[in-house]
Amino acid sequence: MHVDAGDTAWVLGSAALVLFMTPGLALFYGGMVRSKNVLAMMVQNLGAIAVVSVVWALLAYTLAFGPDAGGFIGGLRFAGLGHPAAALPGMNLHVPPLAFAAFQMMFAVITCALLTGAGADRMRFGPFLVFAAVWTVVVYAPVAHWVFSPHGWLFRRGVLDFAGGNVVEVDSGASALALALVLGRRRGWPREVMAPHSLPLTVIGAGILWFGWFGFNAGSALGANALAAKALVDTQLAACTGLLGWLVMERLRTGHATTLGAASGAVAGLVAITPACGFVDPWAALVIGALGGVTGVLAVALKNRLRYDDSLDVVGVHGACGAVGTVSIGVLASQGAGVHLLGVQALAVLATAAWAFGLTWLLATLIHRTVGLRASAEAEVEGLDTAIHAESAYDFGNVRAGRLG
Amino acid sequence: MKLVTAVVKPFKLDDVKQALHDLGVAGMTVAEVHGHGRQRGHSEVYRGAEYVVDFVPKVRLEVVVDDATVTTVVDAIVDAARTGQIGDGKVWVTAVEELVRIRTGERGPDAL
Repeated sequence: MHVDAGDTAWVLGSAALVLFMTPGLALFYGGMVRSKNVLAMMVQNLGAIAVVSVVWALLAYTLAFGPDAGGFIGGLRFAGLGHPAAALPGMNLHVPPLAFAAFQMMFAVITCALLTGAGADRMRFGPFLVFAAVWTVVVYAPVAHWVFSPHGWLFRRGVLDFAGGNVVEVDSGASALALALVLGRRRGWPREVMAPHSLPLTVIGAGILWFGWFGFNAGSALGANALAAKALVDTQLAACTGLLGWLVMERLRTGHATTLGAASGAVAGLVAITPACGFVDPWAALVIGALGGVTGVLAVALKNRLRYDDSLDVVGVHGACGAVGTVSIGVLASQGAGVHLLGVQALAVLATAAWAFGLTWLLATLIHRTVGLRASAEAEVEGLDTAIHAESAYDFGNVRAGRLG
Repeated sequence: MKLVTAVVKPFKLDDVKQALHDLGVAGMTVAEVHGHGRQRGHSEVYRGAEYVVDFVPKVRLEVVVDDATVTTVVDAIVDAARTGQIGDGKVWVTAVEELVRIRTGERGPDAL
């Protein structure tokens, strides 16, 4: 195995960029919830970083990328990040396997963290951490194996997923739907006003996500090369047309172009280009990003009509836009586009969505029925920040109780 | 003595404050409040979901004045706070039985 210094530097740097996306997501989501739940949202994201990283090192990495057992899941050879010098089955990497393991670790982290958006304002912290640990093993690791490992059954069928449109976006979107359904609607939704408490936080968060996404997408080239440059350019173009597409759609539908729409549209464009960024030309990236922005607006409207409380639109923005991006490769790929590829891409979306929805529904139900996944009615009304974490996000020096004891 | 309470548009606070200073009113208390009268609320849109916000931001200003000056003070507030648009707010006057300056213990009009 030849280790290239430039490639390794880029992949290690990209791992750091992708990690930064999760604190960015904490801001993106934190701004969108009510002020009484902002800390609960943020600490769930921090908790996901910690739990998923540990579970990844111990077990999930080897299940995703270890020696294959029938195309479905990896074996245990790399458990606990053992045999770090051994080559990864089927892969011709020019970076140390541990650099790849670290880079992929951050993918698992952000994918799980995305689910916090579906449980906003009502999910308990401890049970969520248990959920996150088990979910990473039983939902995320197998799908990563199917699609990213050269021995996975979808990979062998020729699925194209450059940076996780399927593994990250469709997976998290379908899981988020199951989680939202098991948790049930927030008290008062959709009758009561549950407007975002700080869109400036959301805008900063979207900016960090956008920044980190260059590591996510261009880093997935696993080398400092022309492919990474193409992925980076495609990523930027799609984010921009996603933003514009969302704004145009909402201006037509509601009469206003909004800040939240701009932030959401950029993310929707980034989601849509994620599977495609190494496989399509820049002009196609412009199209895919715009498709993402338009899809996002329509998918969110569907939520409001069907009345499932996917609170921060993980299904609409990640699930729907990820699926559109993945399928669009079948038409827009610069090489190999056609009916066959279109079928494979659609199969990957359906298989991933079915697996993620089914197993997440089972897992969330199990936790919900045993230890309880949803906060008490009292805590929900009071706000999770004070009720669960004994903190509040904002103190403007108002009259407050003295210190206890 | 009378307590004059005014609920006005937030951007008019500076004008009202200046008008009261010009009359020689020595102090006042203000608070940021939310409410609505005939104006009702306004609507906001987040990801296509439209919310009607019933309570809009206002400033409530309170000042205790002498019986002799109460009409001038009320007029000054009304003049300074008026835009002619809906939502300009209200002013009302209530009787004050007793007033004490905490630092000196002065009572009644002496404490104004």
